Amino acid sequence: MNGIHDLGGMHGLGPVVREENEPVFHEEWERRVFAVLNLTMAAGQYNVDELRHAIERMAPARYLESPYYEHWLHAAEDLLDAKGVVTQEELAQRAAEIARRSSAEPLRTDEPPRGAAASRRARDAGRGRSK
Amino acid sequence: MKPRSPHNEPPPSPALRIQALESLLIEKGLIDPGAIDEIVELFEHRIGPRNGARVVAHAWADPQYKARLLANGTQAIAELGITGLQGEDMIVLENTPRVHNVVVCTLCSCYPWPTLGLPPNWYKSAPYRARVVIEPRRVLAELGLELTADTEVRVWDSNAEIRYMVVPMRPAGTEGWSEERLAAIVSRDAMIGTAVPTVEPREGARHR
Repeated sequence: MNGIHDLGGMHGLGPVVREENEPVFHEEWERRVFAVLNLTMAAGQYNVDELRHAIERMAPARYLESPYYEHWLHAAEDLLDAKGVVTQEELAQRAAEIARRSSAEPLRTDEPPRGAAASRRARDAGRGRSK
Repeated sequence: MKPRSPHNEPPPSPALRIQALESLLIEKGLIDPGAIDEIVELFEHRIGPRNGARVVAHAWADPQYKARLLANGTQAIAELGITGLQGEDMIVLENTPRVHNVVVCTLCSCYPWPTLGLPPNWYKSAPYRARVVIEPRRVLAELGLELTADTEVRVWDSNAEIRYMVVPMRPAGTEGWSEERLAAIVSRDAMIGTAVPTVEPREGARHR
């Protein structure tokens, strides 16, 4: 497939920007995307080829301007919807619910919805965010 | 972006989208919430380029191991107990005074996770993927690695099946060093091929 992902040899994309002592993840949401994608793949919801193909179908401009783990997130949403596992409607509704809850409790905007991640949150709070 | 909230609100941020997805998957019993923390812990703190550095140091110290490593990377790396996802089919490339190897994934972000961990952002960036295959010397020079004109540069494009890792040249002045001491001078970038080990690492080089 000849798409925007096929970047080898393209001109005009600028210098390679390297970050000294780059952390493995920059944001908490990136950690969660990475883990959720690995878990859903391990559970057989989709394989790595489907994942890549879903990324390659992203809108070209969005592909270039979005952070890396947003590609993964897009692919997961796209594939799970196509397979009827988690629909776009469910996602939109849940996101709106979480946003409403967050705006009602402004001090807890980064609060994940369930209790199981509490230990990580406590740990993160103890050592500070990576960015 | 497809998911839209129903009331003319701006599209959700990735942070909100993954919260929504994660909570629905947990609710449907499709993922185990405890496993999320385990995976993050594994890739953030336990799997990383120190694994690859151990492989390189052992290859420098033991010529027979190096021969096995270059002949069958996956098997020789597994001898050191290093195996796993995204490292199932490894090809190990040896730098020599005449040949310098550098690795890219032009199509995406393929990378040998068990030996190098997760790739840095620049490796996954559009400029690196686009440019290193057409002007590798210039890209390497920009990254601080000047190669002599008589050094052949070989660029290896990773794919979903095969992952590459570079064994850099062992620097002079390291004779008699322990494998542990050798491993400490092998940076992540040296195993991608965008740097070379030096006996006195520059400030911060050990972490790259």
